[in-house]
Amino acid sequence: MAKPIIKIENLSASYRKNTVLHDVNFDVMSGSLTGIVGPNGAGKSTLLKTMLNLHPALAGSVSFFGLPFAKAKKRIGYVPQRGSVDWDFPTDALDVVTMGLYGQIGWLRRPGRLHKEKAYEALEKMGMADYADRQISQLSGGQQQRVFLARALVQHADIYFMDEPLAGVDATTERAIMTILKELKSIGKTVMVVHHDLQTVEDYFDHVLFLNQTVIKHGKTGHIFTKENIAKTYGGNMHWKGEVNQGVVHSFE
Amino acid sequence: MTYTGWIILTAALVGLSCGITGVFLILRKQAMMADAISHTVLLGIVIAFLITSEVSGPYMLIGGIFAGLLTAFLVQWLNSLKVQQDAGLGIVFTTLFAIGVILIATSAGNAHLDIQHALMGEITFIPFNTVTLPIIGDVPQATVLLAAVLIIVVITITLFYKEWKITSFDPALAASIGIPVLLMHYVFMSLVSITTVASFDAVGAIMVVAMLITPAASAYLWTDKLHNMLLLSGAFGVISAITGYYVAAWIDTSISGSMAFMTGIVFFISFIFSPKHGLIVKYV
Repeated sequence: MAKPIIKIENLSASYRKNTVLHDVNFDVMSGSLTGIVGPNGAGKSTLLKTMLNLHPALAGSVSFFGLPFAKAKKRIGYVPQRGSVDWDFPTDALDVVTMGLYGQIGWLRRPGRLHKEKAYEALEKMGMADYADRQISQLSGGQQQRVFLARALVQHADIYFMDEPLAGVDATTERAIMTILKELKSIGKTVMVVHHDLQTVEDYFDHVLFLNQTVIKHGKTGHIFTKENIAKTYGGNMHWKGEVNQGVVHSFE
Repeated sequence: MTYTGWIILTAALVGLSCGITGVFLILRKQAMMADAISHTVLLGIVIAFLITSEVSGPYMLIGGIFAGLLTAFLVQWLNSLKVQQDAGLGIVFTTLFAIGVILIATSAGNAHLDIQHALMGEITFIPFNTVTLPIIGDVPQATVLLAAVLIIVVITITLFYKEWKITSFDPALAASIGIPVLLMHYVFMSLVSITTVASFDAVGAIMVVAMLITPAASAYLWTDKLHNMLLLSGAFGVISAITGYYVAAWIDTSISGSMAFMTGIVFFISFIFSPKHGLIVKYV
């Protein structure tokens, strides 16, 4: 069996004095598309941030390709929550996508024509080419999310982490994003996505990670996406109506 | 150059360096940090004076950087100990400023340092205190200091332009691609500190806040491009400084007060007439 590309062992993290994550263990295989689901406050965003060294870990270890984060970061792309930035910032869509290349461009250099072209291609891929010169505050929520995705694409990473890329977006954007995610998976990239809509988990992800402060269950969606595991993760507060494909079940954000 | 010429040049330099630095204060949502640092640099200046026994440019800049970084660090530290950001800011800067005031009163009373001067500045005295530079000749000390600071600010911002942009817009992404976000924060706080120290003599600790924040906030209303915002903010700073001088001469009042007042007028005009975010556009 192949070696895991992401390995998390005994990871713990806290906000202030509240423990948000404790004893998190899981391995992720290369080429998988994993949905991270769990109730509000389950630590989904914190898990991503802690893995990426954006939030301090209290204990445990994180490794990518067998290396610590610092040595692997050039191969990792991160899409933060859309609400984490100020969309009134004086810049346009193309410029935001170009930011994804800043790591490759390096210090004391400016983005050149080649970089702009790469950024433009990524926008094109997300169906956003017409909006390249648009001030970012003039974009709809879904368009902003697509700009964020385009920015991650130009990084040409091997592993992608995305924090709620489908939250509050229109249907077109959701389709565009899922097409890209499946394409990334098909070319062997590994993608982990914080997701909030239980109804679409089975359609979108081949792996699912149930999280509520610790890993409740992690594995192939077909095997573990069951009523029992959902109830266990959401603490039985969810009204799970009938079978998997019926009824609307959201964990409202 | 004439007496008036030096004053206008000095005022314009204040407007330009504060205008440029201020853009990132606004975009990083740290406008109140300017208020804090403008007060705490007083402590840095006093300490520099107590150590070297002279009120001279380079020592003041170093003292100012020290005080500015101390402020930024203490605010960050209190915040990590669960003190609210704004409360932490209020505690840190008033305490450090108070120490500065006490030190002036007890140890530096005879020097060219007094609280009135530190708060309000006195641009009219600037041409009297000159240094002799090669080729150029006699130049007011404050003007030389401001020119040097302007050069440092422009170079630092141009060299790391894309890093300033990304750490201001999306610090999480910046950190994830390996840009030292915290270091950039402290470097920026140093820039704010030296700009403040250099502007101190001319406009004082309180008016420098107006020069740092208001032109940048006005420029923000006119453009959607960062580089335009920097140029516009610098221009607004210069315009406010120069018109402020003439208004003061006309109605015979405080120069630093008029300069700060003019930044307010520029903002007010922008707020109403800006083609993108102005009040009129919103209601038409």
